[in-house]
This record gives sequence, structure tokens and C-alpha cells, in this order.
Amino acid sequence: MLGTTFLLAIRSIARHKLRSILTALGIIIGVAAVVSMVTLGKATTAAVQQSIASLGTNILQVRPGQGFGRGGGGPRPPDFKPEDVTAIANQVAGVTAVAAQAQATATVIYEGANWSTTINGTTNGYFDVQPWPLTAGRAFTPIEEAAGKSACIIGNTVSKNLYRGGQAVGTRMRIGAISCDVIGVLSTRGQSGFGGDQDDVVIMPIKAVQRRFTGNRDIRLILVGVDKAFASSTVQASIEDLLRERRNITTGKEDDFFVFDTKQINDTLTGATTALTSIVTAVAGISLIVGGIGIMNIMLVSVTERTREIGIRLAIGAVANEVLLQFLVEAIALSMLGGVIGLLLAQGVILALVPVLKVTYLFDLQINLIAFAISALIGVVFGYFPARRAASLNPIDALRHE
Amino acid sequence: MASNARLATGHAALAGDTIIALRGVTKSYGEGATAFLALKGIDLDITQGDFVAVMGASGSGKSTTMNILGCLDVPSAGTFQFKGVHVETLDRDQRALLRRKYLGFVFQGFNLLARTSALENVELPLLYRGDAKKARHDTAMAALDKVGLADWWDHTPAELSGGQQQRVAIARAIVTSPAVLLADEPTGNLDSERSVEIMELLSGLNRDSGITVIMVTHEPDMAAFARTIVHFKDGLVERVEAHNSPSRLREGSQ
Repeated sequence: MLGTTFLLAIRSIARHKLRSILTALGIIIGVAAVVSMVTLGKATTAAVQQSIASLGTNILQVRPGQGFGRGGGGPRPPDFKPEDVTAIANQVAGVTAVAAQAQATATVIYEGANWSTTINGTTNGYFDVQPWPLTAGRAFTPIEEAAGKSACIIGNTVSKNLYRGGQAVGTRMRIGAISCDVIGVLSTRGQSGFGGDQDDVVIMPIKAVQRRFTGNRDIRLILVGVDKAFASSTVQASIEDLLRERRNITTGKEDDFFVFDTKQINDTLTGATTALTSIVTAVAGISLIVGGIGIMNIMLVSVTERTREIGIRLAIGAVANEVLLQFLVEAIALSMLGGVIGLLLAQGVILALVPVLKVTYLFDLQINLIAFAISALIGVVFGYFPARRAASLNPIDALRHE
Repeated sequence: MASNARLATGHAALAGDTIIALRGVTKSYGEGATAFLALKGIDLDITQGDFVAVMGASGSGKSTTMNILGCLDVPSAGTFQFKGVHVETLDRDQRALLRRKYLGFVFQGFNLLARTSALENVELPLLYRGDAKKARHDTAMAALDKVGLADWWDHTPAELSGGQQQRVAIARAIVTSPAVLLADEPTGNLDSERSVEIMELLSGLNRDSGITVIMVTHEPDMAAFARTIVHFKDGLVERVEAHNSPSRLREGSQ
């Protein structure tokens, strides 16, 4: 009986093509909205997570001051000393690697091309804290590090602008007033979570930067790699205790440094995009319900319009349940049809918006299945009432209906 | 013929080959002071294989009787036996199944499904009966052939004349080989020439297939095709008239 009913429903839908499409329009838009919003939300979250992951996960950043840009008045808090770095490396449990960093800005010159960039003085520990493979050349040797030799590892952006695809490793370029041997080229990392180009950098041994550029032994930033077996909050607390002691901050006084967990940004930004996605999806979900009400309306009109047809079917010997099932299946088939068209439309919307939002295209099977199932469910829920009405018609009155 | 053979067996409850028996049937609409008694106590027997014309003025109770005979409605009081079954005791769905198996309907307004081919219209009762695709198609085509419209199977009602539409409706009514064909003013919307064609078709089906035909008509010309004419008046059967030699020739004498 179900096969027959399904056949009748399909015939009826095919017979009223325009009406069918208009009926399903609400579902089409609803499904398309839900699926594209959820998918784009996920893609955005993924993009945010990826850019944060490029900062390195399980990394603590230790900086002087009380937060980004929150220096306030008064004397500038002192930078860290190399001894602080050694202390963190030796005295804090759960630390895998520590890298001190001293920064300067300089113009690099090679054969007439020049480029202004950040000079990042650090140690090989930098590459242990956050894996960053080289595409050519090598990292620093212990001798280069210890002596603060003028050796450079250049970021991809610098390589592109200075060497324009040519061989960089083995050459000698100028950085400000000094010359420097290029020993390696870093792989591309892209933008950071804050929009800066992470590839626009030259990395030198920290001692070289301190001697040639900053002129002191101060360290502006310490990167600490955290062992996965340890909670980053525990390690963070240990570092804070250690530094308070080393910097003679008595109990009750505020820290003049801060430890920043990249995982926190990750969680915060992911949380924000997830919340936004949820809200937009909820709004899109409402449009699905509105679509369901649209189906109910049209089905009710359809029942009235087809009263005589129902009368004929009843006279011919259709039992109430067969009429009920016919209209129910019709509603379900319509909403499922709307669901399928909606899913296709969603793919179109996603493909159109992916380049605009600068995210990576992804196909989320789960949301597609859920949206389709919901569209079928809407057919059942909103199709039942009109179908019930059709089935309860009196055949004599129905036949007499004009 | 097949239906005749089927009908002949296993129904000894009624005398002779009476297929329909109404006893003291009343039908009232509404309640209390506004109640209206459409049928005031009908006794009527219809013999299997008969061709019955039901006549009477508007409001005489003939339509109400047809609804009851068609198992679309139940009497307020009295009994209606169809092939020995007390229809007044059946529920809605049981009556639907009875209609599906034993009854065929032809209406004044044809009542074909719009935008639906003749073949699909005729297949409809077979769909509800649960026939397979091939059987459905073959049986429906045979029925269309019987009414002379086999070549028109893929035309929708809008592409057919009134007479042709009524033929499709008749094909739909007889496709399940019913025992009884109920026709409510089948020629009411047709000109006299088409009317005669339809009547000849019904007569032929009655004669050749043994289908009992019960037909409401206002026109004596059409009633003349029947073997029995039941006259209704004021909710009662006024008289039952027997025609021994129903034929088209009687047309002139009415």
C-alpha cells in the first residue's frame, strides 16, 4: 500500500509542478540557510583555529608589563635577563623548551633589492617550542649561537622580496650596517591570528641581535613550550611564582610581567565563532519552521481545492488511512524535495561565499543529513493536520463540493 | 460474466437472486425541531442483473437512497442488505472496502481527476485494490477498450469531449468488474445523441457482463432503457414499474 501511496503522491506533485515548488520554497530556503550557515561557521572556526595553531599550541608567552598595550604610567617594567630564561628552563616542571627573543627592526639589502623587516634574535630552542620546518639550509650551530655569529634564517616573505625566487642559502646579505650569511629559509606560515605576516622575519642568534642592534642583554619575550602531560595553567603558575621571586615582587604587589597562554586565545576565539554560528543557525532554523508552516498552509489549501478528488477516491473505495497517507506522503515528499534542493542551494551558497570569507571549503556530511532529516520530519509534522482533514471528509459532501 | 458467476455462489441469505434489499429505511438530517426526514421508510428489492432507473422530483429522496445504496451513507433506521451483508452495521472503512470490491460509480459531472490521463483515471480503483503495474495497465486498457476509447488512453479529461469523459468514467467504474454500477444522472450533462450512446453502453454492459445497473435520471427517454423503473415521491417509493422489453425503440412512445 505504501508503494502505491508513494506513486500517487509523486504523480500529484508532478502534476502541479509550480505549486509544488512554491510549497517547498520555505523548506528550500530554510535548509539552504541552516546548512550554509553551519558549514560556513565551521569553516570560519577551522580557519581561526588554524591561524592560532600557527602561533603554536601549548606555548606560553612571557612578557614584561601587564598585558598587551596596557603599560599605564610610571616606569617601564624591566625586560628579562638571560638568567631568567635559564631559570625557567631548569627550575619549572613540564617545560619542554624555552626560547628567549630580542627584536629589532631593520632594512635588509641584497643586490639592490631592499626590504624592511623584523629581526628576531633567538636560539634553536625557538624551533623546539613551535615546530617551524626549514625549506632550505639549516638551523644555527651551537658555535654560532654561543658566539652570536652573524648567521640568518629568513622567512618566506623576506626570501620572496629579496631573492625573487633565486637561491638565498649561501649568500650574504646586508642588515642595516652589518652583513649576514643566509643559512636557511623557513617554510610558509601565513598570517597570525592577529593579522600579522609571520613570514616577514629574519631570525638571528639572540646574542648577535643584542650586540649589533639592541645594544643590551635584555629579552622582551620568552616562549615556553609546555609538555602535553602537564596542564598549561600549572606551568603558567610555576613560571609566575619563579619570576615574582626573581624580580623581587613582594606579596600583595602586582606582577610587572605576564604569562600568556596561546590556548586561551584559541578557546576564546573558537568560543566566539561557535556562539555566533549557533545564533545564526537558530535564526535559520526558525526559517525552517516557517517553511513547515508554509507547507501546512498550501496542503490545507490543496485539500480544500481537491475536495472533489478526495470524494472520488473515497467513492472508489479508498479507506480513510489511504487518503491520510496520500496527503501525508505528499507533504513529506514535497518537504524532502525541498530538502534536496535546499542542500544543493546550500552548496552553491557555500562555494560562492568561501572565497569572500577567505575560508577553506568543507563538506559537512552530518549537517547535511540532519537538515534533510529535519525537512522530512517537517513534512510529517505539518502534513499530518491537513492529511487528517482530508481523510475525515464525508464522501458525499466531498463529491458535491464545487 | 465472471462477476455473475462469482455472485451466484454463497449468498443464500436472500430469496432468489436479490442483491439489494432495503427494509423500512429512513433517513433524517439535523436534529430536534429542524430535523428533516428525507426518507420515510423505504422497502426495495433489486435483483441481480437488473437495470433499474430511479426517477422522481427533486427532494423526493432518490439521491439519499442512491447514497445509501452506494454505501456512502447509512440509514437512520431500517436495514440495508447488500449481498446478504447488513451494511448499516459496517463502519466507514468497511463500507469503503465494500465499495472498492462490489460497486462502481458514474456521476453526472464525470468526476475524473483533472490533468490525469484516461488510463491513469481508469487505473485508480486498481491502485487501491493493490494490483501490480502490469495487471493494472492491462485491466485498465481492457476497460477503455470496452467503452471504445483504447486509442485515447493518454488524453487528459480536458482533451476529451463530455461523452468521451463519461465513457472514461464508465471504464473506471467497471474496471474492477463490480456487481453493481450506480449511475447518478449519467447523461445529465450530455446532448441527446451522446446520451443515447452512453445509455447503449450501459445497456450493453448490463446485458453482456451481467452488471446490475442502478441509474438516477430525470429523463423518461433514458429511463426507457431500464427494465425496472422505481418512482420516488416525498421520501417514499411511489411505485415500481417493470418494462418487459426495454430498448431504444420505446423512446418514441414516451
